Amino acid sequence: MTDRFETLAARIDERFGEQMLRVESRCGELTYELDKDHLVEVATALRGEIGFEMLIDVCGVDYLTYGSVEWRTQSATDTGFSRGVERGPVILDEADEFDAKRFAVVYHLLSLQGNVRMRLRVYTGTSNPPIVHSVVDIWNSANWFEREAFDLYGILFEGHPDLRRILTDYGFIGHPFRKDFPLIGNVEVSYDEEKGRVAYQPVSIEPRTLVPRVIRDDNRYSEDLKDKADG
Amino acid sequence: MAEIQSYTMNFGPQHPAAHGVLRLVLELEGEVIHKADPHVGLLHRATEKLAESKPFSQSIGYMDRLDYVSMMCNEHGYVLAIEKLLGIEVPLRAQYIRVMFDEITRILNHLMWLGAHGLDIGAMTMFLYCFREREDLMDLYEAVSGTRMHATYYRPGGVYRDLPESMPKYQESKFRSKKDVERMNADRQGSLLDFVEAFTDKFPGCVDEYETLLTDNRIWKQRTVNIGVVSPERAMQLGFSGPMLRGSGVEWDLRKKQPYEVYGQLDFDIPVGVNGDCYDRYLVRVEELRQSNRIIRQCVDWLRENPGPVMIDDRKVVAPTRVEMKDDMESLIHHFKLFTEGYCVPEGEAYAAVEHPKGEFGVYLVSDGANKPYRVKIRAPGFVHLSAMSEMVEGHMLADVVAVIGTQDIVFGEVDR
Repeated sequence: MTDRFETLAARIDERFGEQMLRVESRCGELTYELDKDHLVEVATALRGEIGFEMLIDVCGVDYLTYGSVEWRTQSATDTGFSRGVERGPVILDEADEFDAKRFAVVYHLLSLQGNVRMRLRVYTGTSNPPIVHSVVDIWNSANWFEREAFDLYGILFEGHPDLRRILTDYGFIGHPFRKDFPLIGNVEVSYDEEKGRVAYQPVSIEPRTLVPRVIRDDNRYSEDLKDKADG
Repeated sequence: MAEIQSYTMNFGPQHPAAHGVLRLVLELEGEVIHKADPHVGLLHRATEKLAESKPFSQSIGYMDRLDYVSMMCNEHGYVLAIEKLLGIEVPLRAQYIRVMFDEITRILNHLMWLGAHGLDIGAMTMFLYCFREREDLMDLYEAVSGTRMHATYYRPGGVYRDLPESMPKYQESKFRSKKDVERMNADRQGSLLDFVEAFTDKFPGCVDEYETLLTDNRIWKQRTVNIGVVSPERAMQLGFSGPMLRGSGVEWDLRKKQPYEVYGQLDFDIPVGVNGDCYDRYLVRVEELRQSNRIIRQCVDWLRENPGPVMIDDRKVVAPTRVEMKDDMESLIHHFKLFTEGYCVPEGEAYAAVEHPKGEFGVYLVSDGANKPYRVKIRAPGFVHLSAMSEMVEGHMLADVVAVIGTQDIVFGEVDR
């Protein structure tokens, strides 16, 4: 497996050079990051020259709260543990510009002839709404995946033939998988007897967190400590 | 004669042949279809977002509810992704149990598909035959996990518990005579493995029965041959996987090509179609029933010979037993931490795919080192297959839409997530 990966990685490095940046992986997977301007060119070459004839998956990722925790454990020795969850302020989507690494589109590719997989990650940059170029013309299976990423993350795909919402309700407002979209949603529906139709109103339930999000420094996964233990 | 105009027709979301809540907007000219626009999402529950708000192991139950006719295979994909990130190796016996239940699940799924597909295009009897065998397999689910469908049996590190030594039995009632109960319980006297073995002995005969009813049936062939033809090139371009890809003649099966668990050591064949039509996909799936039966038999033989642990011995991931907690403080602490906080998974990303009965079921996990996943993306095969619906039905008659929905083996739990 690793041999095939390395040959492929060597081929990709040779063909694309600076355009693609390899990301280290702990689980033996091949991941590359690239600039969104090169996406179409690189994707075409990957399909035609390197032999990735299948696009397995396209998904959006919102890195807004990456690495943030709801429950601090480091300071516990001085102050004792905090009780409950500290809620961060709500960040609105109305900003003129996003952080350049906030939204990413991740592509999973599969080569049947070479029997290898790889992953591409493209950051959408600072523009609001985020835009990348569509790859529908290169791999037709991207069609619904890109619609899904648009629906859930509000990422626009330039050149997509039919960019409509796919999973959410007709007339839904917002992009539910963004990290600043609340888990409980914004509106709830009920049947209105008088009007004789379904009516929308703001949610009446309180958001709650049963298990706080915690990041612990685990020496078993720390590369520095691992080397010392082995050596 | 009046001129026939093209018109638009709504199909579903409440239609018995729509396999759930599929809404299709069809553009027809007479009875010929120009374009089909599937509207999905009526069953959208935001499984992925829910999973992001919970510790890793609390989402296994959601996975059962994705493709609710092949429950354990969904769990398998998710659990494999967590194990990949944690870097843990599952005990061999647990791997065999997983493979055995994956194949049982495949039979469950294909029987459901065969029954429903048959019913959709006019073969009423199939449904009853298929559900007869499904009942036995559901009982196996019940015996290992306590539930007939949503098992939550696979856990990161192995499976929840070892195979039981006895099977649940039918009881006499005013609807079932003693004689009937004795007949129904005949195979259930021994352990679960005995019951599985008895099943594998009789199942090839059952598949022969299905084939007698359908394979050379004139009406069946008229409804399926040359319907929904997909060439191998198009199948790859459209992202097909599983029987949909193999039906078009591409020999690709993750169990053979990228073996996970112990598939690499088992002996089985991969059926491949020739024409890429509904009939070929039917043949492929029926042959898969027989191959799954072979795999199950090999697993039974191995499991009989080799007792052992079914969970890794790592208290940072797997909860200790009740008995250990009684007199060991470490175990009590581990138990408390695992159930109040869960385990933190090292930072990174992983994609794990399994050969699900419907195709490639993949889970893409992004972890930032917390006790909850940062991003979960479920790659459901049905979603991709349904996106090719319009292309597959174009130029066919209205009645063939039902045949194509059937052949795609659509289940809305996974399409809408």
